[in-house]
Amino acid sequence: MTREAVAAFRRAPTLTALSAGMVGLSLYVVGLFSLVTYNLQIALSTIEERVEIVVYIRDSADQSEIDALRAELMAFDEVAGANHLSKSDALERAQRDLPEFGQLFLESEANPLPQSIEVTLNPENRTPEVAAKISQAAQDYPFVEDALYGEEWVDQLFALRRIGFAIAAALGAVFAMVAALMIGLALRIAIFARREEIYIMRLVGARSGFIRGPFLLEGALVGLAGGTLAAGLTYVSYRGLSIYMSDAAWIPFNWVAIGLIAGSLFGAISSAVAIHRHLQEV
Amino acid sequence: MSDLPSAGEINVNGYSSNRVTRRDLWKVRRLIGMVFQDFRLLPGRTALENVAFALEVTGAPRKAISGRAKRLLAQVGFTPEPSAVVEQLSGGERQRVAIARALANDPDILLADEPTGNLDEHATREILDLFQDINKNGTSVLIATHDTHLIGRHPNARVIELDQGRLVNAAQAEAS
Repeated sequence: MTREAVAAFRRAPTLTALSAGMVGLSLYVVGLFSLVTYNLQIALSTIEERVEIVVYIRDSADQSEIDALRAELMAFDEVAGANHLSKSDALERAQRDLPEFGQLFLESEANPLPQSIEVTLNPENRTPEVAAKISQAAQDYPFVEDALYGEEWVDQLFALRRIGFAIAAALGAVFAMVAALMIGLALRIAIFARREEIYIMRLVGARSGFIRGPFLLEGALVGLAGGTLAAGLTYVSYRGLSIYMSDAAWIPFNWVAIGLIAGSLFGAISSAVAIHRHLQEV
Repeated sequence: MSDLPSAGEINVNGYSSNRVTRRDLWKVRRLIGMVFQDFRLLPGRTALENVAFALEVTGAPRKAISGRAKRLLAQVGFTPEPSAVVEQLSGGERQRVAIARALANDPDILLADEPTGNLDEHATREILDLFQDINKNGTSVLIATHDTHLIGRHPNARVIELDQGRLVNAAQAEAS
């Protein structure tokens, strides 16, 4: 079977190259889409890292109360850290991060900034619901002035994430379907080009399995070759993108592996469908 | 038997066209060797490869294929090199390759559809002599032709005359 499939490649190198090229270009679109999706996912995760709750504490609170609150917040499974920021720390940071107000802070005799506890969440728990729950728990303490987590932008961020995920899933499915159709078309052309050979196989009494086998393998090999070509083209695009976006990331290896396996499977399945239809006709 | 009869029934060694399933068609096909007017050889391949192809796809032992294909070519009186590509062969030579291929499975019946339609007078005579030899060796040879001169030259052959798909004459010719 392998010999027959390889012989078919050798006999019609142009057609095989064209089929693999068509498959490669179709999967390249999927590859580019994966590259963009993956980088957007990373960008979104970076923004999500900034989802934190700031618990503002009244000046009247003593250290033991603050320590108790900090311990209580740390007890939540969703909480990764709770860092106490004293009034002087807050002033120092404001002077550093907001230099345009530096003079104002220096001229002011009293420190107007409150002390706070900055609560960071575990990556899998950075959701509006968890942030609201922790914020509510902190506000139950009488010495807590307020507990904020940027409710509005966090809600918007997660809404954006949900929309983005839905669009990515829909586009991904469409691109994958187009790629599958293109692979099917390429293999149907390959089978059509060899219709005389198939006819003679039938004529001399070849069993259907014998005819199908090499075509299935050929389909899988064309899919694999196309997948490899697509991975190469996607990598070249990534390198090109890196010139303009130095922090662009290459898609994980398992995504590439899944792409190659999917290419081979699509190839074999498309070939099986095409040869089955063809054998019904001869 | 890629097309089924529009009426009636064809029986080949116990297989009926009315009952045979697609799954079993290959068994019927191996009982019948087919020869066509346009030879239907695989282009770009040698005479030997064309005959060997029929042996390969029917699962003949790999080691025996080349030797058997060469013997089949010799049996049908193919004289050029077996490594000659089919495009380099004359019509008569191509038809011999096609007949060798049709005999590859040692069929009970050789079915030839206008086998001399593309051949000159000399090649036609040679191919018909070859069919006669094949028939003498025990294979039934069924030739479909429009050439009445061809039929006249073989008075021993049984002639079945069809007109618009209907049987009009089925005389058994007397031996001359």
